[in-house]
Amino acid sequence: MPEFRMPSLGADMTAGTLLEWLVHEGDPVHRGDVVAVVDTDKAAIEVECFEDGVVDRLLVQPGQKVPVGAALASIRAGEGAVAALETGPAPLETAAAPLEAPAPAGPLVTSPLVRRLAAERGLDLAAVPATGTGGVVHRRDLPQAPAPRTGRVAHRRESVRASPLARRLAAAGGLDLAEIGPGAKDGTVHAADVRRALAGHPTAEPTRAAAPTRPARTAPAARGEAMRRAIGELMERSNREIPHYYLTQSVDLAAAMAWLHQRNRELPVTQRLLPAALLLAATAQAAAQVPQLNGHWRDGGFAPSSTVELGTVVSLRGGGILVPVVHDVANRSVVELMAAARDLAERARAGRLRSSDLRPASLTVSNLGEQGVDSVLGVIHPPQVAMVGFGTVQERPWAVDGLLGVRPVVVVSLAADHRASDGAVGARLLHRIDRLLQRPEEL
Amino acid sequence: MTAAPAVAELTYREAVRAALRDALSQDDRVFLMGEDVGRYGGCFAVSMGLLEEFGPERIRDTPLSESGFVGAGIGAALAGMRPIVEIMTVNFSLLALDQILNNAATLLHMSGGQLNVPLVIRMTTGAGRQLAAQHSHSLEGWYAHIPGLRVLAPATIADARGMLAPALDDPDPVLIFEHGSLYNVSDSIPDGTEAVDIASAAVRRPGTDVSIITYGGTLRTVLRAADELERQHVSAEVIDLRVLRPLDDATLVDSVTRTHRAVIVDEGWRSGSLSAEITARLVEQAFYELDAPIERVCAAEVPMPYARHLEQAALPRADSVVAAALRAVGGHA
Repeated sequence: MPEFRMPSLGADMTAGTLLEWLVHEGDPVHRGDVVAVVDTDKAAIEVECFEDGVVDRLLVQPGQKVPVGAALASIRAGEGAVAALETGPAPLETAAAPLEAPAPAGPLVTSPLVRRLAAERGLDLAAVPATGTGGVVHRRDLPQAPAPRTGRVAHRRESVRASPLARRLAAAGGLDLAEIGPGAKDGTVHAADVRRALAGHPTAEPTRAAAPTRPARTAPAARGEAMRRAIGELMERSNREIPHYYLTQSVDLAAAMAWLHQRNRELPVTQRLLPAALLLAATAQAAAQVPQLNGHWRDGGFAPSSTVELGTVVSLRGGGILVPVVHDVANRSVVELMAAARDLAERARAGRLRSSDLRPASLTVSNLGEQGVDSVLGVIHPPQVAMVGFGTVQERPWAVDGLLGVRPVVVVSLAADHRASDGAVGARLLHRIDRLLQRPEEL
Repeated sequence: MTAAPAVAELTYREAVRAALRDALSQDDRVFLMGEDVGRYGGCFAVSMGLLEEFGPERIRDTPLSESGFVGAGIGAALAGMRPIVEIMTVNFSLLALDQILNNAATLLHMSGGQLNVPLVIRMTTGAGRQLAAQHSHSLEGWYAHIPGLRVLAPATIADARGMLAPALDDPDPVLIFEHGSLYNVSDSIPDGTEAVDIASAAVRRPGTDVSIITYGGTLRTVLRAADELERQHVSAEVIDLRVLRPLDDATLVDSVTRTHRAVIVDEGWRSGSLSAEITARLVEQAFYELDAPIERVCAAEVPMPYARHLEQAALPRADSVVAAALRAVGGHA
């Protein structure tokens, strides 16, 4: 029987605290469903399931801290289990619903009316095919939504009617409104319901009475401290173990910026590309071409990665960083890459990252261009063997064919692990990045 | 050392009259004018006996011309007097609205601060006495809309007795609304001029479950409702606005921050009313304290009926206030 285990949500994570189960024993689950919330030292992460099946037993209770790899739940695998369960009491179309249900997207832009209607019908807005510009779900899209599935984790936060005070108290106490349940006939969660839940008393609704109150999420101040400690430990290990070497190269972005300008005229405002997307794309392609820098240092040797999993450093507004990962970057278009990077940054800052966002990266990029720096000489994120940095795109005097011109220029830097590669390999990566940026249309 | 102040039983009418008599006695610049304030003794008998006491120079009967005599009051105020102008009811004050809004409320601004208008205008307001649709409306909320005015609504005998003096001391125009149903109400208050402020709302009855906000003629209705709520184990806090402009937001927000629920009782019509303004301010300033939608109990949006049962049905009643408070409290008292 497969087990659902405490995932590693970063190389610096050794253990995690289970904050909340989003499924019950006996619920059907699908690959990609968010089934639990886990607190690392850095953030509360929504953890996805990698199996199709039925939750057999929940082995760890909320509040328990367990090491990475420890079994959290056992899952009865197989389509059979799912089908048997779903063709039972559930209507037929629910069984026909795609098993690869789209994971809830990032922040959804919808009107209050649409949110209310969706909540009333138990629909997951993330699963509604949107026809509006920029992925906005309109009222007319709702009939196209897949019917709600039992056990499926929908956007529960949207569906709770609660007073402003109740919301404030629940947020302060780290309670999920959906689990509190309304105590009154009006179907609204009031402050008294939250207070009852906070006091550990069962709420008035009997079916909710058994729901355990969740352990509070780590308070922001404590989170800041823990994150500082986690970053510190990892960076200390990096500088202690990894013999870094550094290379920088100035790259003329005239062609890239011209292409970007042209391309953006064809794109809707919400999909406009930033120079960062081109830099990420070029880095990914270059890393695929110079595999000696794309992978991990393990047990005294280098293990190349078959795909480019690009970690992107996101600095949080309250301080600290998270490094969510763009999956299989080399095979994505610049537009897709832009959308993925934007979504990741937004969710990282909103504290809504999922476990799949924190899978191990094979190479990390730090772009401090917005901060106005000339170049970034990074600290490698172990067990990776390289980090690429970008400074600000600046207009600089630039000699071309014996003439002096003004060009947009960026300094690309590389910090690499001398155990895994030498300077010539690093230089090749920077050179490839430069060459790719001269032909942006091929990215 | 000091003896407890003597306590006198006064009607609202006698309290206003005593305040007028004090003002006339203490300051030669003060005079009273309006329709029938002299020989007839006032339409509501408020100024009965003052003509005999202070003479026709200071208790002046005017023609039936609201715009004319309010304008004269503004002129007298500009010339250094401290006029008290009585308008029979707020319904007729609309004839003087141009003087009140375009002159009294505006001259300080238009003159760059050189000309202030220390004028007090008293008028009755409100329904409940079968005076029909031209004598019964509560339009004080309209005046509370106007920058440059201070708008008072004494709801208690003590405020009726005490608000006139600070109103006369105010360098700018002050409107005092006396609810017509209050003149015969009596209460025991300390004998003498108790200083009252004309800036703050008052908590008339402390409570913990719901804030009921009202003013003027409906205060007694609300206090009766609070008694009934207490029998139903709901503790209502009753707030008397006292001052309709500028509103004392701090007292309202403080109360709702403690009770988390609000009911606003306003004898004015609901649309575009003072109750709407208070609702908006509570949402702006205390949104995250609210545990239930704000409830409003207002007059029905009709011209006030003459027939007694219809008039009563159109007005905020204690039972409708109780019902609104129970809705706000829900099962969560």
